[in-house]
Amino acid sequence: MLSIKNLHASIEGTPILRGINLEVKAGEVHAIMGPNGSGKSTLASVLAGREEYEVTEGEVIFQGKELLELSPEDRAREGVFLAFQYPIEIPGVSTTNFLRTALNQVREYRGLEPLDAVKFLSLMKEKMALVEIDQKLLSRSLNEGFSGGEKKRNEIFQMAMLEPVLSILDETDSGLDIDALRIVSNGVNKLKSEKTATIVVTHYQRLLDYIVPDFVHVLYKGRIVKSGTKELALELEEKGYDWIKEEVDSTATV
Amino acid sequence: MSTLTQQEFVLGLFEAAPATYSSLRQLGKESFYAQGLPALKAEEYKFTPISKKLETSLIHFSPAKPVKISAEQVKSAVFAGFEGVVLVFSNGQYLPEHSTSVDGISVRLLSENESTPLGSIAKADKDSFVALNQATFSDGLHISLEKNKEVDSPILLLQFHQAQGGQVISPRIWIEAGDFSKATFIDYHISLDDAPYFVNKVVEIKGGINTELTYHSLQQEHNQVIEVSNLVTDIQKDSQFTSTQITLSGDMVRNNLTLNLLGSNSVGNMYGIYLLNGKTHVDNHTNVDHTIPHAESNELYKGILADQSRGVFNGKIFVRQIAQKTNAFQQNNNILLSEDAIINTKPQLEIWADDVKCSHGCTVGQLDEEAQFYLQARGIDKTTAKGLLLYAFAGEVLDKIEVDSLRNHIVAQIQERLGSKF
Repeated sequence: MLSIKNLHASIEGTPILRGINLEVKAGEVHAIMGPNGSGKSTLASVLAGREEYEVTEGEVIFQGKELLELSPEDRAREGVFLAFQYPIEIPGVSTTNFLRTALNQVREYRGLEPLDAVKFLSLMKEKMALVEIDQKLLSRSLNEGFSGGEKKRNEIFQMAMLEPVLSILDETDSGLDIDALRIVSNGVNKLKSEKTATIVVTHYQRLLDYIVPDFVHVLYKGRIVKSGTKELALELEEKGYDWIKEEVDSTATV
Repeated sequence: MSTLTQQEFVLGLFEAAPATYSSLRQLGKESFYAQGLPALKAEEYKFTPISKKLETSLIHFSPAKPVKISAEQVKSAVFAGFEGVVLVFSNGQYLPEHSTSVDGISVRLLSENESTPLGSIAKADKDSFVALNQATFSDGLHISLEKNKEVDSPILLLQFHQAQGGQVISPRIWIEAGDFSKATFIDYHISLDDAPYFVNKVVEIKGGINTELTYHSLQQEHNQVIEVSNLVTDIQKDSQFTSTQITLSGDMVRNNLTLNLLGSNSVGNMYGIYLLNGKTHVDNHTNVDHTIPHAESNELYKGILADQSRGVFNGKIFVRQIAQKTNAFQQNNNILLSEDAIINTKPQLEIWADDVKCSHGCTVGQLDEEAQFYLQARGIDKTTAKGLLLYAFAGEVLDKIEVDSLRNHIVAQIQERLGSKF
């Protein structure tokens, strides 16, 4: 589904990603872990199309298409969803109004009829239950005055509404208490299918107890330096990142 | 003093002035000569070189005569879904044949009875354009609201403008609201073609006690129009007055809004949106005078400026020494969409009382790119995302407009301007 080859990206001339290679197949969950500043969030942003990052080398093929050639909105319409690490507050735009606009543009791109108000509302009701989000919250301005947990739940709710093929969760777990973490993870798990894939970017192993990964990759200095299964995450939790840093840094100096 | 005052510009207008209100006109003329048109560096018109604009743009320095308006023109100008009273004007002249009426409101031409105390609220010596209007207005309308009359449906002042090559249109309106009355007015300017002209409008509103008056003004004329508008109101005790000023186009537009809070427990609200493109220049000068204790004023103006447009906002809050317990809030926020757009914004607070709550703030910024990316990342195209954000920015003011048909009309205009549907 997703094939990242030798991806290099920089921001304002500073290289952040220095040759990422990653293959994600339908039905898989990949966790990307790594110390602060290793490039995890940059990878998520580059895949979603954030303009500040300049891709200097490499390619990303998503379902046979050159992902990096597409505008951010077309990536979303093709089925890429980024759950933001810091969801944006937009005063004056209600979640409902925003999502109806988004969903209908996505549907138009996919050659589907726009949903009328009634169908949209019933779809919303169905998906709201999934992340235990209150309708009152959704009639308010987008994320404005929401708690951290509410913002993250709203991200997963939007994901449920847009039914992406590839979901990228950028540190969706950070700042969540255990209840919110459970709700968010349940939402993600219910949305998983044979046809979809998930990339979970996280700093902590905790989330992976709830969203169980098939593969765990460690990102350090802009490269994937170690890949394994969920046991690798447990090892990282126990031993921290220093042993990996040492391993990589000593190899680099040799 | 500009050289223009000595020239045919004013002479042509003075000569054409009707014989009605002769002593009032004489006072206006004297006041105008005493002030002259604003000089280039005049503080009040510092960023808006209106005299120069008039000098270089006007061709015929004479009043524009009323033109014939058809029933179809009226029908197509009224907002979809509008229900209420319609008062139709052509170049400032009231047209009873196209207008409707409702119980409790009476209207008459200013010329019908010269007892209307014009100039008692909008003072000629305060602004040379008020003086010019007072000296040269051709006719206008006196609107009275009966005591205790609450008019639920809005009153639309439909002002059609059309001139041949830069004539002057001088609308003059006097509104008198009896005690405990309530009404909403919509002042809507429409150009009938795209020939240039100069509108010099004066509206005076005399509110009784415990009144609730709203005055929406929508400026949506073509881009060769020069306009100076003066709205002055006296607000008595236990009363509320709300103004919304929406400006979408024009060449150079200057709006002077003056609220005199004269009675305790009175509230003055001033809201505005200017959505500008091309070379449109819009200047909103507001002035609220807190003359008594326990009154409140709220002000919120939002500007979106594209291309080479220019905006000016000057918000004066004057709190007299006696006006203790005043609450006065003011805010002006602007988004610049291009590098060539300019905004000059200036809060001007003069506070002589020592027990008051006053706040002011102005911001100038660009569209939030993070927010735009967030919307795009959900599949919304860039133009629509931009439109949604700008609409949301203006929404705080749009929400103050309680007349649905008017708000929908403005929203449609904004959507069309921003090229987005949402």
